[in-house]
Amino acid sequence: MSKAQNTVLRIFNALKKDPLGMAGFILVSIILFLTVFAAWLAPHDPLEIDVYNRLASPTAAHWLGTDQLGRDILSRVLFGGQVALKVSLIAISVSMAIGLVLGMLAGFGPRWLDRILVVSFDTVRSFPTIMFALAIVALTGPSLNTVIGVIIITSIPVYARVVRTQTQALRERDFILAERAMGASMFRILRYHVLPNVAAPMFILASMDVPAVVGMEAGLSFLGLGVSPPTASWGSILNDGYSYLRNSPWPIIAGGIPLIAVTLGFTFFGEALRDIFDPKLRRKDP
Amino acid sequence: MGKFIFRRGLTSVLILVLSVSLLFGMIHLVPGDPATVMLGPRATPELRAELSQRMGLDQPLVVQLGRFYSGLARGDLGVDPFSNRKVRDIVLEQLPHTLALVLVAIGGASLLGIPLGCFAAIRRNSWLDRLTAVMSVAFIAIPSFVVALYLLLWLAVKWRWFPAIGAGEAGNFTDQAYHLVLPAIALGLGWVGYIARLVRASMLEVLEDNHIRTARAFGLPERTIVIHYALRIALLPTVTILGLGIGTMLSSALFAEIVFSRPGIGKLLYEAVLGRNYPIVMGAVLVTTGFFVLSTLVSDIINALLDPRLREQQEGGS
Repeated sequence: MSKAQNTVLRIFNALKKDPLGMAGFILVSIILFLTVFAAWLAPHDPLEIDVYNRLASPTAAHWLGTDQLGRDILSRVLFGGQVALKVSLIAISVSMAIGLVLGMLAGFGPRWLDRILVVSFDTVRSFPTIMFALAIVALTGPSLNTVIGVIIITSIPVYARVVRTQTQALRERDFILAERAMGASMFRILRYHVLPNVAAPMFILASMDVPAVVGMEAGLSFLGLGVSPPTASWGSILNDGYSYLRNSPWPIIAGGIPLIAVTLGFTFFGEALRDIFDPKLRRKDP
Repeated sequence: MGKFIFRRGLTSVLILVLSVSLLFGMIHLVPGDPATVMLGPRATPELRAELSQRMGLDQPLVVQLGRFYSGLARGDLGVDPFSNRKVRDIVLEQLPHTLALVLVAIGGASLLGIPLGCFAAIRRNSWLDRLTAVMSVAFIAIPSFVVALYLLLWLAVKWRWFPAIGAGEAGNFTDQAYHLVLPAIALGLGWVGYIARLVRASMLEVLEDNHIRTARAFGLPERTIVIHYALRIALLPTVTILGLGIGTMLSSALFAEIVFSRPGIGKLLYEAVLGRNYPIVMGAVLVTTGFFVLSTLVSDIINALLDPRLREQQEGGS
């Protein structure tokens, strides 16, 4: 049996004993399925306007009702998931990659470099994320790319810090010392010895980071600083719903549920993954 | 200890100066000068030149930055070019609203979270314990603006139990408190489970301690042991987290303020961003970032006072 198969089997066996983790896994799978196949599953075009049928309550044709322009809310929610998925995929993978490199450099490189990097991480973290995002949007104007950029900048330190600590711990271990004594280059040590050891915590961190990233995108789009209309995002659906709150509750109900589902799903699944792969990270629990 | 506080404080100041300079630099380095952006494309060149001069934008960047810091040292944050009022006065006007909201939110979350954590620790593995475990991970991650919108939708608009907008009549305390309920729940809900979890963890640790065993041996009632002996010690780590929470909440209050149309720093910043009012943006970001850095500093110092190991780590290494 290959190593990958072994890992998958291990996750499944652990999930069987962890109902919350299993629930999280199922939620995540459902959300991913609905999002990836949104184009096939959506009953209507998410941008199709029907002014005679504005702010309608759920009917057989529109399961979640329609918004202020008569657009089908269910279709908009499904397509909004694609925005959330795109943002989290790009933002998390880029910040993880940069964080990995910077973290290993800080942990393994010379001391002055470590100092500079740590102060820059702390500087970025000292901005409350939402304030930072607002300040940047004030300068560049609203766009999804700005949102992705802001999330990347603010997430890099999160990953880099974990990698740095792990690298520092590994650095003094015997097998690394032996490798260095044999004249291995820094690149070789980082690539073959440090990287495999920091990969698992990275992926757990990434899984737990999804709710924060999705929430950030939705929050900024809710403020009108993310996706530009008429694109559907869970945040922009909520924003439309907020403006017509007294006419119809459906946009808000429909826009909030996927956000809560993503949050719960990824958090529970991430916690389960952490318990399987890295029990040390676990909080003091019996 | 003095050395630690000095070093840690110096780092905080350095970080604050770095981040403010960065923000300042970014505002002035983006394409198109701020005066044009603020006045819009239809402004006449004379108008633009006049605003540029009034804001000191015609000076080199270094001079501007120097002016900003020398003003800051005197507690002067500049002037809002639109209303001609002092930025400091505008920010200080809004700050109490946000502080009230944050304090009520964190206070409420502690009032619920601390007893919950205690019960969870005493009755380990009961349904209540499991519930707080689930709540602590679930609620902290749900975006607060979603909670705010649902509260607004049901409790304010549909059932009309609570007011939907504003901060209440000035001077009328009951009315203002009434207006605070929903925004405070939206802001504090995520912290209830988190605080409960922290209290539970440190309670479990303290309950194993020798002095608790001694108290038990003396036959003191369980109530007295838990409240007077254990909780008092178990609360310390939580208090430092609460300090950190206040810093974080000052900025996340923005969503509650916007959803419930409350005055506050967050709403001020949001409107300044939409109106491209850079002096206000700078002032609001500076104040919230300052609070944030300060709260991290204070909680780090308290932590170091409580746990000398952290202190040595900071002084020796990193």
